[in-house]
Amino acid sequence: MADQATFADEAMQYAPQLYSGALRMTRNRSDAEDLVQETYLKAYRSYHTFNEGTNLRAWLFRIMTNTYINSYRAKQRRPDETELGEFEDLYLYKNIGALQDASVGRSAEESLMELLPDDEVKQALEDLPDNFRLPVILADVEGFAYKEIAEMLDIPIGTVMSRLHRGRKAMQKALYEFALERGLVSAHTAATADGTFEQDSGR
Amino acid sequence: MSDDATTTDQPVISDCAQTLQELDVFLDGELSDQQHAAIRHHLEGCMDCLGAFDFHAELKIVVAQKCNNDEMPPELLGKIERCFGTDLDGDGKIG
Repeated sequence: MADQATFADEAMQYAPQLYSGALRMTRNRSDAEDLVQETYLKAYRSYHTFNEGTNLRAWLFRIMTNTYINSYRAKQRRPDETELGEFEDLYLYKNIGALQDASVGRSAEESLMELLPDDEVKQALEDLPDNFRLPVILADVEGFAYKEIAEMLDIPIGTVMSRLHRGRKAMQKALYEFALERGLVSAHTAATADGTFEQDSGR
Repeated sequence: MSDDATTTDQPVISDCAQTLQELDVFLDGELSDQQHAAIRHHLEGCMDCLGAFDFHAELKIVVAQKCNNDEMPPELLGKIERCFGTDLDGDGKIG
């Protein structure tokens, strides 16, 4: 049984991560602050039920995810289950890979880091419907395992996997479209990468 | 006999479509050791699949970093900590 007196010492270190997660969930700063505060208060009150030695960070995220689903999602009046369009697999890779090839001498990570601005990556994630966004936040931003995510969202592991797969694909499509809007990917490159045109021979 | 057993136990994935189907689960570190090894084996001999796996591995890092770099309002920590030890809702209990 965990002692409430040690709660702050043990739990406050996760506040910055919870805040980032809360921002991706609520999509605005004031709701994110409220959500983090509410999460800590709930966690503090029920800290005696926390099993010491288990993952405190996962426990906090579980409380936050539930709080978000129960109060904030209702407030935002978003439909509970939303479907995404079907997108091709490897969409971003096929379309943007050509750009990376052009950046000789740089690692893929460096150039992707440069090709995709922070606000566009955040936007692409935040634009996903809740039922896809939550698994992607918990897996790709917070690094939780399928089993932990399944428990947090109270859905089967197979559902976590399929929502992750489809959510990521939709996110990649959005990232590509942002890049197109910025003129980073020319229509010609796009068409070539789509396989609509033959690749230029003089390379 | 023992050789045969080893060969049947070790799934050999030679098919690119089959390999790419496991891309997400592989990068999430959720495949069994045996499946993971089978995919690795395929990637060692297939530059096309390796390119796709590399790209998505990097993309995962980019998404994690760029979606987790928000600066927390400095007053939030204090606001939360002030709640601990206070009977906020007047129900006689702390919190």
